Amino acid sequence: MRVLSVAYLIAAFVFIYLPVGALVLFSFQSGSLPVPPFDGPSLQWYAAILSDGDLMRALLHSLLVALCSSAVAVSLGFGAAYGLARHALPGSALVRGLLIAPMTVSYLIIGLGLLIVVQRLGLGLSLVTAGVGHVVINLPLCFAIIYASMGAQQQNAERAARDLGADEARVVLLITVPMLMPAIAAAFFLSVTLSWDEFIISFLLTRFDVTLPVEIWSMLRSGLSPELNAIGSLVFLVSVAIVVLLETTLLKGRK
Amino acid sequence: MTASVTVEGVNHWFGSYRALRDISLAIGAGEYVTLLGPSGCGKTTLLSVLGGFLMPDQGRVLIGSRDMSRVAPARRPTTTVFQDYALFPHMSLRDNVGFGLRMAGQGRRLRHARADEMLALVGLGAAASKRPHELSGGQRQRVALARALAVRPEVLLLDEPLGALDLKLRRSMQDELKAIQREVGTTFVHVTHDQEEAMAIADRIVVMNAGRIEDQGPPARIYRQPASLFAAGFMGEMNRIPAHETAGVVTCAFGAVPRPAPASGPLVLTLRPEAIRIGQASVDRLHIGPARVRDAAFFGTHVRAHLVPQAAPDMVLVAHLPPDHLPGPDDVLDLVAETGDLGLFAEP
Repeated sequence: MRVLSVAYLIAAFVFIYLPVGALVLFSFQSGSLPVPPFDGPSLQWYAAILSDGDLMRALLHSLLVALCSSAVAVSLGFGAAYGLARHALPGSALVRGLLIAPMTVSYLIIGLGLLIVVQRLGLGLSLVTAGVGHVVINLPLCFAIIYASMGAQQQNAERAARDLGADEARVVLLITVPMLMPAIAAAFFLSVTLSWDEFIISFLLTRFDVTLPVEIWSMLRSGLSPELNAIGSLVFLVSVAIVVLLETTLLKGRK
Repeated sequence: MTASVTVEGVNHWFGSYRALRDISLAIGAGEYVTLLGPSGCGKTTLLSVLGGFLMPDQGRVLIGSRDMSRVAPARRPTTTVFQDYALFPHMSLRDNVGFGLRMAGQGRRLRHARADEMLALVGLGAAASKRPHELSGGQRQRVALARALAVRPEVLLLDEPLGALDLKLRRSMQDELKAIQREVGTTFVHVTHDQEEAMAIADRIVVMNAGRIEDQGPPARIYRQPASLFAAGFMGEMNRIPAHETAGVVTCAFGAVPRPAPASGPLVLTLRPEAIRIGQASVDRLHIGPARVRDAAFFGTHVRAHLVPQAAPDMVLVAHLPPDHLPGPDDVLDLVAETGDLGLFAEP
């Protein structure tokens, strides 16, 4: 029985991590095709991508879009969560529902909708429009995470701060935000990783300046190359780094 | 700093529920007052009205001679020690205690000095750079007190401040609160449901029930001569003896009671367990007469006994007798009560 369960565990992890493992392994391939047999290791493809101007620009764009859209999504999410958690508003259940509902809509539909709106308004496609798209998909998540962590503890501390003479701005800045920092940071980093990996919306809403996933997609059209494995590994490394950072710093203290 | 507090004709409703009924109360500057009552009696609501967290539907609140009825908590000369302490978990104790001064725009050096002074006052001078989660419940309580006092409020409001502490710690914190109040001279208004705590600490107890003030006065007066049957029952254990008024004379199962009747019709005679004594009948005593001991137990400071008086065999009296003799079951004792210790109320 025990052997079976261990075997099942191993099979599950192989299923999850084999594709990623293969991707990383063949990024060190010497030959020009990322297929077995492995004939590396070699760092030539990493050298190639790091000296590829288009790719590095796309990487910077991705970083920019991820950070800016996440900052906006977290700010809006925090504002909505604070307002809904602290004030009794008419129809607040409906507002909460509407804020979270976009999570259930596919990225393709959101992207198409935004594309139509942007075209109608005559706004050009750019990194800004892709960023707007990422705010749309990440806002429900940020709102849900921050709203869920707002409890009586912060509320009482806020009351105490007001009692001691703090105005509303200082209550939020000095008490609410620091006390909610774990949730706010978790929402921010989750939002960054989702934006960093996101393809469909970026593909639909960018034109000349593109994000990394879109650049990778256009490289794919000219066939497989270990270069793609190398850039994929780099993207994966960044995501893993963020998750590890998150788990070791922020979520560690929450027992 | 200290100031008097005057509450005039305050009424408040939560929906259709009337939480405060015609509350009028005058608290002197530097007085230690406890608001005492069962849960739901309106004592915390009244404290919220004093602190500015709740605007009363009717009535006024004056602090000193200024009308504070519509002033926000931040702008009132009051601070509150909350039931759950509400410390700021992301700040050191020094920053917690100095927070109010920071809001008042005081410079870092002065406010740190004041915070350290307040922490020393509550016995936590060495812990200024610790965080709240490193402290025990009693220590957090002290920090909350230091934080509220650091801004030199004229009135300090305490919302069941000792409710979360164990009994022994609660008793020692009571003494400490009282000592600190004497030292700083600030008016303290302390909400509690524990009548022993109220008696231990207060200059004056305000007994509340169902949104109303039932009685107010010094602890000994409230305990010995309560103004209402509710106050009598809430302040401690009580024997209730049915009585009635006929032609201006009050009588009960043990004979005539030399007291004017508060009302006609059925009455209740109240008698504290410790007011029942073993002794001989005389003019100024109510003679309960021979009573059979049902059971008796030794409590250290007294013997607690259940007694069935022969004059009223369906009645069971609780008595606290001197601890030097433990009567056995079915012993017969001759009991009396000083008439000065009796309470007499209309049957509710």
